[in-house]
Amino acid sequence: MSFQLICFYAFAAITVGAALAVIAVRNPVHAALCLVLTFFSTACTWLLADAEFLAIMLVLVYVGAVMVLFLFVVMMLNLDLDPLREGFVRALPVGLAVAVVMLVEMLALIGVRTLQVAPPADPAVTAHLSNVRWLATALFSNYMLPFEVAALILTVAIVAAIPLVLRRRSDVRLQDPARQVRVQARDRLRIVKMAAVKAAAKPESTTP
Amino acid sequence: MNWIIDAYHWCATNFPTLTMAISLLLFPLLPVIIAVAMYVWWERKIIGWMHVRMGPNKVGPFGLAQTFADVFKLLFKEIVYPTSANKKLFLLAPLWALVPSLAAWAVIPIGPHQAWSDANAGLLFLLAMTSMGVYGIILAGWASNSRYAMLGAMRSAAQVVSYEIAMGFSLVGVLVLAGSLNLSEIVNAQAGRFGLFSWFWLPLLPMFVIYFVSGVAETNRSPFDVAEGESEIVAGFHVEYAGAPFAVFFLTEYANMILISFLAPILFLGGWLSPFPASWGILGAPGWWWLIAKAFFFATVYLWFRASFPRYRYDQIMRLGWKVFIPIALAWVFVAGCLKYAGLAGADV
Amino acid sequence: MNRVIGYLKSLLLLELCAGLALTFKYLWRPKYTVRYPMEHLPKSNRFRGLHALRRYPNGEERCIACKLCEAVCPALAITIDSAPRAEDGERRTTRYEIDLFKCIFCGFCEESCPVDSIVETAVHEYHFEKRGENIMTKSKLLAIGDRFEKDIAAARAQDAAYR
Repeated sequence: MSFQLICFYAFAAITVGAALAVIAVRNPVHAALCLVLTFFSTACTWLLADAEFLAIMLVLVYVGAVMVLFLFVVMMLNLDLDPLREGFVRALPVGLAVAVVMLVEMLALIGVRTLQVAPPADPAVTAHLSNVRWLATALFSNYMLPFEVAALILTVAIVAAIPLVLRRRSDVRLQDPARQVRVQARDRLRIVKMAAVKAAAKPESTTP
Repeated sequence: MNWIIDAYHWCATNFPTLTMAISLLLFPLLPVIIAVAMYVWWERKIIGWMHVRMGPNKVGPFGLAQTFADVFKLLFKEIVYPTSANKKLFLLAPLWALVPSLAAWAVIPIGPHQAWSDANAGLLFLLAMTSMGVYGIILAGWASNSRYAMLGAMRSAAQVVSYEIAMGFSLVGVLVLAGSLNLSEIVNAQAGRFGLFSWFWLPLLPMFVIYFVSGVAETNRSPFDVAEGESEIVAGFHVEYAGAPFAVFFLTEYANMILISFLAPILFLGGWLSPFPASWGILGAPGWWWLIAKAFFFATVYLWFRASFPRYRYDQIMRLGWKVFIPIALAWVFVAGCLKYAGLAGADV
Repeated sequence: MNRVIGYLKSLLLLELCAGLALTFKYLWRPKYTVRYPMEHLPKSNRFRGLHALRRYPNGEERCIACKLCEAVCPALAITIDSAPRAEDGERRTTRYEIDLFKCIFCGFCEESCPVDSIVETAVHEYHFEKRGENIMTKSKLLAIGDRFEKDIAAARAQDAAYR
């Protein structure tokens, strides 16, 4: 058993264990952290398969950005999980059925893969390119249209999300930083020359 | 001395994987820790001088051992757990902050392809590692069961996630010009005909500024240090930490600062390349000392900022990140693409 | 137009650079720090530090137990008992104590003393290690006076013209 294989089994075991922990632990924050661990060890197994770009992207996007926000929500909401667990027994048959279907599908997929004479060679290795470069060439030549469509859909999602939360309120006084920065001393302050000593008061005003 | 080398060879031949793992761990660890200690001393000196004070000068020559004294003081102190804190996560948080910041050093090259991991996706790895560090802060804030800590963690996490985007876009410009994610390749792409002026800082000047300022914001340093704004939330996410875990947070912050200071020259200022023409002999030769010198300059600029600027207001920080940096960086990605297409900048110029 | 100039100004970070230039200038300034235990700032001859009881040049203690200082002390830090001295029946203190925890170093005792006996010296570097050491007894005060008599006399002589 090579070192790489030991590493693979270790990471795979951690992935499965962490994924189980996500649904098993009681504390929602712990569950979210277990999900982070799942993502991370999945990324490690991908690294072992020489898919370094995908692995690092998984860490960067899901662990670094998505899960951070997720964790935030979980921390802020202070979830009480017990009411959520009440229907566990009732929903168990449905859950089991879905799980069995998924298992069968996965086994079928693996079976089809093994029926192939040999797994296709890593195209990046055969082309003597780095994983990243090969992926970039593929994305921006053969799969240009799907890539751009995906980008457009994501942009639409962002734009759609903004109007959902955007509301203009007229009763709030907001600062305009550009105006604050542009302001100059002479706009706010008038310097008046005054004599250092008061002129002697006129006699008629002092003596009533 | 020989017996140490003999022992190393014996270990390397009998337990190659273990030896490599240990030396991998030791190499970034020890130099980074010593560099952090020196950097803390230098920070206190520089800020002292700018305040027309002297800075630490009692422990050791020029006060050099001051940081070590402080560290040992912290290590011998008690670890205080706040009431009803989540003990496990409370201890996990500083480690989760420290490990990514040390792991990021694996891909930093000090010469052509002289890094522990000369990974092809080195730059992405760095981004991934720096984005992992924010977990330490969030967990510290949540596990402390303290309002101040939670507020600090929220501020810090929102700020780090926002500025990561600006930083990522400014790195896209570098990638466009260099055509590689490998840090050594990026430096090599900057070795052009015009010496100093073929480095990426000139075609990517706005991105260079955005990168460094975002770096300052990402490490939660002054003037972006609202995460530990003393006047409002005491010390932010690490209010409740004392002793060794606090020392770990401290180490993480400074290790991250040094990392950003190393990346700025690698990405924009030609890394180990010399600013002088090759005909100048030893001055014109590339070498690790140039990288160290440039990184030292940026590390000092960090401290210079801290001595000069007052703290930003939080909404101003967010405005700067989202409404100024990201649009400028996006626009400049386009400019960089045009420059590359026109052959005015990039790997072959 | 003003708007364009404003944008240019903020984008070129001119004001920030001016701030950096200022701190850079201060970096090279000679430092104000006084390295305290090694260096001392000059002290005024009116400095009010640790108390002392003085003697006349012939060795006779000055204090005549008039209790003016005890009366004037705003912090009630001074306690005096008096009795005729056994040898010659002169009025002297049998007990003269200053509680330094109560003392606010206002200098009223020194002002009120008709014979310049109780004075405040320029000594400010002292500490207590045990409970009770904060009470300065008569013997301790006299010892301090004997030890610093030269400095005390010099400070009084310098200030004499203004009293």
